[in-house]
Amino acid sequence: MPKGRVVIDEELCKSCGLCVAACPTKVLSISDKVNSKGYRPATQAKEGCIACKMCATTCPDVAITVYRIDE
Amino acid sequence: MKEVLIAERPKSMYKVSTHYCPGCTHGIAHRLIAEVVDELGIQDRAVGVAPVGCSVLIYNYIDLDWYEAAHGRAPAVATACKRARPDLTVFTYQGDGDLASIGMAEIVHAANRGERISVIFINNAIYGMTGGQMAPTTLLSQRTSTTPYGRDPKASGYPIRVAEMLSTLAAPGYIARVSVVKPKYIIKAKEAIKKAFLTQIEDKGFSLVEILSTCPTNWGVSPVAATNWVEEQMIPVFPLKEFKVPE
Repeated sequence: MPKGRVVIDEELCKSCGLCVAACPTKVLSISDKVNSKGYRPATQAKEGCIACKMCATTCPDVAITVYRIDE
Repeated sequence: MKEVLIAERPKSMYKVSTHYCPGCTHGIAHRLIAEVVDELGIQDRAVGVAPVGCSVLIYNYIDLDWYEAAHGRAPAVATACKRARPDLTVFTYQGDGDLASIGMAEIVHAANRGERISVIFINNAIYGMTGGQMAPTTLLSQRTSTTPYGRDPKASGYPIRVAEMLSTLAAPGYIARVSVVKPKYIIKAKEAIKKAFLTQIEDKGFSLVEILSTCPTNWGVSPVAATNWVEEQMIPVFPLKEFKVPE
C-alpha cells in the first residue's frame, strides 16, 4: 500500500469536514486550533495515509496538498 | 525516500480564501473548471461569463478573463463573445435561480441556436444568495423560506429537469448531468466538464453540464449531511447521465 502525507492550509480550511468524511483510512480529524476566521481546521492526526487524494478531491476550499512517499 | 506531489491547487486558481460558506460545493466546481483549463492549456484564451448569485465573485478565484452578465443573461453575453471571437473558448457559470428561472429564455434559445459555448449549470435546488427561497429546481415537499410547508405542486409546479428538457433540442452537442458531492461523482464531473469544453473546441455545438450541488446553510444541515441529502433525495429526481454526446 502506498504511503502519503496530507498538508492542509489552516487559513484556507473552513472546517466543513468533507475531507474527514471522505478519508477511507480515517486519518484526518478536526483540530482544536482556531484560525484567523474562527474555524477549526482539519489536520492529519494519525499515520496511515495511503495517498488516495480523496480529501483533496472533495475539498471545496482547495486547502489540501497531498504527497506520495516513495521508499 | 522521496516525496512526490500528487494533488495541489490548479495553476489557474488564485490562492485566496473564497467567500463561500463552509462545505459549499461551488469551490469544488471552480476547482474542476480550473483543472480542466490547465489540462487543455487554454488559460490565455478562455473567457468565462459569471452569473448573478453566490458565484458572482468567481472572477476573484479563477485566473481567466471574465464578464459579469445581468441576471440570467450569461448565455446571451457568451453568444456575443463567441461570435465576435470564435477562436476563444467561452463558457458561462450559472446557478439554478439564474439559469432555470429568470434566464430560462436565454438558455433555451442559445441551446436551440447551437451556439458554440459551454454552460456550467449549478443545481442546488434552492436560491442560495438571496436567502433560501424556492427555485424552479426545488424538490416536491422540500422546505424553503418561501415554501415553509414544503413545495406544493398545485401552487408551484414540479422541479424542472433542465438537462432532459434541453436534450430534446436538435442543436446541442453535449448535455450531461453530474454531481460534486462525493469523490466518486467529482471524478466523473471533471470528465464531463472536459468533454463539454472539447465539444466547443472541436466545433461540435452547444454543451451544458448540470452539476448537482449543495447549499448546507439554506438547507439548514451540516455539509456532510447535505452531501448525503443530494445522494438520497436529489439524484433519484435528477438522474446522473450523459443525455447527448457528439456523434
